[in-house]
Amino acid sequence: MMSKLIFEKSVPGSNTFSLPSCEVQETLEIPADFMRNEELKLPEVSEVEAVRHFTELSKKAYGVDSGFYPLGSCTMKYNPKVGEWAARLPGFANIHPYQPEETVQGALELIYEMEKMCCEIAGMDRFTLQPAAGAHGEMTGVMIIKAYHKKRGDEKRTKILVPDSAHGTNPATANVVGFDVVEVKSNSRGLVDIEDLKAKMNDEVAGLMLTNPNTLGLFEEEIVTIASIVHEGGGLLYYDGANLNAIMGVCRPGDMGFDIVHLNLHKTFATPHGGGGPGAGPVGVKAHLAEFLPVPVIEKKGDKYVLDYDRPMSIGKVKNFYGNFGVVVKAYTYIKALGRDGLKDVAYNAVLNANYLRHHLSKYYHIPYNRLCKHEFIANSKFQLDKSGITTMDIAKRLLDYGYHPPTVYFPLIVNEALMIEPTETESKERLDGFIKAMAEIAREAEEEPEKVKNAPHTTVVKRIDEVGAARNPIVKWEAGK
Amino acid sequence: MRVEKGLLYTENHEWLKVEGDKAYIGITDYAQEHLGDIVFVELPEVDAEFDADEGIAVIESVKAVSSVYTPVACTILEVNEELEGAPELLNEDCYANWIALISIKDMDGLNKLMDAEAYEAFCAEQEE
Amino acid sequence: MMKYTPNPPQVAEEMLRSIGLNSFDDLFADIPEEVKLKRELDLPAGLSEIEVRRELINKARKNITVDEYPCFLGAGAYDHFVPAAVDQILLRSEFYTAYTPYQPEISQGILQSIFEYQTMICQLTGLEVSNASMYDGGTALAEACQVASSGKAKKIIVPDTIHPENLAILKTYAWSGKFSLEVVPGQNGFMDVEAMLGRIDKDTAGVIVQQPNFYGLLESGIEKLGEKVHQNKGLLIMSVDPISLALLKSPAEYGADIAVGDGQVLGNNLSFGGPYLGFFAATEKLLRKIPGRIVGQSVDSEGKRAFVLTLQAREQHIRREKASSNICSNQALCALAATIYLSLIGPKGLKDIAVRSHQMAVYAKNELIKKGFKLKYEGPFFREFAVKMDNPREMNRRLLQHGIIGGYELKGAMLLAFTEKRTKDEIDKLIAVLGGENDE
Repeated sequence: MMSKLIFEKSVPGSNTFSLPSCEVQETLEIPADFMRNEELKLPEVSEVEAVRHFTELSKKAYGVDSGFYPLGSCTMKYNPKVGEWAARLPGFANIHPYQPEETVQGALELIYEMEKMCCEIAGMDRFTLQPAAGAHGEMTGVMIIKAYHKKRGDEKRTKILVPDSAHGTNPATANVVGFDVVEVKSNSRGLVDIEDLKAKMNDEVAGLMLTNPNTLGLFEEEIVTIASIVHEGGGLLYYDGANLNAIMGVCRPGDMGFDIVHLNLHKTFATPHGGGGPGAGPVGVKAHLAEFLPVPVIEKKGDKYVLDYDRPMSIGKVKNFYGNFGVVVKAYTYIKALGRDGLKDVAYNAVLNANYLRHHLSKYYHIPYNRLCKHEFIANSKFQLDKSGITTMDIAKRLLDYGYHPPTVYFPLIVNEALMIEPTETESKERLDGFIKAMAEIAREAEEEPEKVKNAPHTTVVKRIDEVGAARNPIVKWEAGK
Repeated sequence: MRVEKGLLYTENHEWLKVEGDKAYIGITDYAQEHLGDIVFVELPEVDAEFDADEGIAVIESVKAVSSVYTPVACTILEVNEELEGAPELLNEDCYANWIALISIKDMDGLNKLMDAEAYEAFCAEQEE
Repeated sequence: MMKYTPNPPQVAEEMLRSIGLNSFDDLFADIPEEVKLKRELDLPAGLSEIEVRRELINKARKNITVDEYPCFLGAGAYDHFVPAAVDQILLRSEFYTAYTPYQPEISQGILQSIFEYQTMICQLTGLEVSNASMYDGGTALAEACQVASSGKAKKIIVPDTIHPENLAILKTYAWSGKFSLEVVPGQNGFMDVEAMLGRIDKDTAGVIVQQPNFYGLLESGIEKLGEKVHQNKGLLIMSVDPISLALLKSPAEYGADIAVGDGQVLGNNLSFGGPYLGFFAATEKLLRKIPGRIVGQSVDSEGKRAFVLTLQAREQHIRREKASSNICSNQALCALAATIYLSLIGPKGLKDIAVRSHQMAVYAKNELIKKGFKLKYEGPFFREFAVKMDNPREMNRRLLQHGIIGGYELKGAMLLAFTEKRTKDEIDKLIAVLGGENDE
């Protein structure tokens, strides 16, 4: 059954929300000029109907708690419940960002310790926890690259290098921060083409943005050479932390030569994705870039934690207040719970699970780079497409019928019909075997009953949706009578 | 894939139908096929001026976005407003549905364009 | 130590063997030795849940909460009431453990909730379209400037009466990005409309007005600014407080093209500054230029109403280096909180909350004036005003000693905020302490 919209459930007079009675009955002191004339049209529902409405909606959603979620590049691991508990402690949830420092020492201490832990995990010297998401972290990091060259008077550096396999945010970020984007090619092994990098590195290049392991799930084996080419050319090396989960405790971006990194707390450190947010994208730098970090940073003076705004070379503020503190609390809880061994255990199991799937799925699906991968790998629908015209989208939709969230599809762009599979470390062998079985079954169906796959999904509350119509004639809000 | 005789073609998959010092500009069958279902066309303003190889319009499909470039410096004389309400016309018949009528500032700029035969060969090469 | 890796060692070893590897270290054979970390991370050992909770409780206890001490701080984050039902729904894990709804067939619940959110933001602002939310009010304002300056005009005119943190964010984005900022000093707590009008010209991409402004005051002359900037083909951008919109003129009524603001007040905890949500609404004309996710209504192959992420050609994963925004998420869960909140409170409730907050502020102002205090700025205000005092920091210290979280410190004044949660007794006590009574 399709859910009615909350507006369609509106019954005038049914909402009984009330405020406490109050002796203060001052007359309003707002002149008529400033008052709203337009009627405020919000739905009117009772509490029980509101609760049922959203409960009903929740049943039409799929989270990590619902089942396997091998969405490549998104690291959909289990979100420990103790994190939810921690962020809801009144001492964290109910404090105002402008309270006097002496009344929020616990919060400042937590941020301070979180910064230290991020530094150790990534091999950096300082971190800001202010950016609200990975893309926001990228933006902050690329601003720092800009500030660095500007301070040196080296303002002819107007280009940022980005591999052709990169996530779309990398080139978009460089553009938003005012850089021109130059793509670096991948070689036949799916890694940065060193010769192409050399050819494109010059004194107009401000830096290189790189994910390692890259978006194909492959470790950039020549990272040391890449770093020295960029550094010798006067550029900085930016690490997109999207895929840090695969290498935690094994190696660190800082030791690979990266100058700036962002981490995704909502991927690596298990804070829930929330259906699209909130996340957090802390940015770490080597010591020589620390002066450019956004204000404020948190310092320890004696046994007191203080907010330091007095940083003349800072790029300024990138977000109100101090970032997504509630998300930071969850990530902090996670790191504390797992500790040094637990984090390493995460990387080992994430890589084991990915390789296990890659190995066993290669019997049924084409794997363009079929060798040791890190946390994820790319398969595609080449076999099925050539034989019966089954696309990656068809396979993804058929997986819904089997009760799985599909992998990331059609990314990275350098692989045709890509299926990007990232199991994460929190899946058991039984779950992985179940997924392999479903994928094998779909491969069989593709051959024997292709229509079943082409018309999937069959079991969901809605069937395939007309995306073309939605984009041609956009309806982005409900209107009475329409 | 359809290539219409008598038009000039760019490597970026635009076609030009030249009439004196004016030309209609549109996208080719190759372009519309690769874009897929077109959902929106952002048209330039009339009287806007462009240098050679500047983007004059943007075409969006569900999965891609692409600029339409003018191969020659030009002024926009007319735009095909019908596309604003019905972008699918470009999928239905991309040669009948032009995007803009331009006044060409540099006729020599047309020399670098391909005729139908050369363009067909060019597309075949692209597909390899 | 807590672990969320479910395979016991013997199972992991079996898996390893099944893929032809001998040791776990073989999994990292592609990483060059020279970059490997040849030691343990210098972090504490893991903890059990009992220990973790003990440690977190100890940290949380070091903070004084707004439940313990009444809070008169506002300045962009407000201690409004959050109904218990909001968090109960947010804890439905189908919502909070989901990713962005890329697979619409199994994400109709999230997509529909965002569609409802977009509708509510349109209803509040009076504007025609809304995105699915952004990081916060400050970054939403910066993104609005990027939309306004996507053509040839690059100048954004902004009064210094907007929130100082928002202004700081605008400066950062302007420095690094593609618009230029002209900050026009205000007068007596209000924006200088004449000076701003004088700056508007053909190069003006947009004019920003915050209503109510940072000092809680209601700005006048917004329509005039709108007319002039529209004559020059620029945009009127308003930064607004969603609670106030139950009572005050909507951005649409002022003629705004874009309205942004922080949605924290709609059912989100203070949480030391985040996560909140930024909302972003605009006129229909700007629909294909606005940043961020948008949910649209469509039909499925059987003709049933269905919802789907739409207009994605605007976004970074398709437009890449041509994208005018790099955002690739929204604050979905915070936006869901806002949607649940507005459903629970309803239109009358929201107006009651706005009125009560205003009445509390008026009461406090009247009582302060009776005690001989003077306002820093004279003029109509919503739920916040600045009262003059010599040493606001010292005063805040004194308030704290009396169990009160005071206001935001301005030069020679204190900015005090009032919500429906404050009581007459709390306000009387605040004023007593400010007036030097209750001194030991």
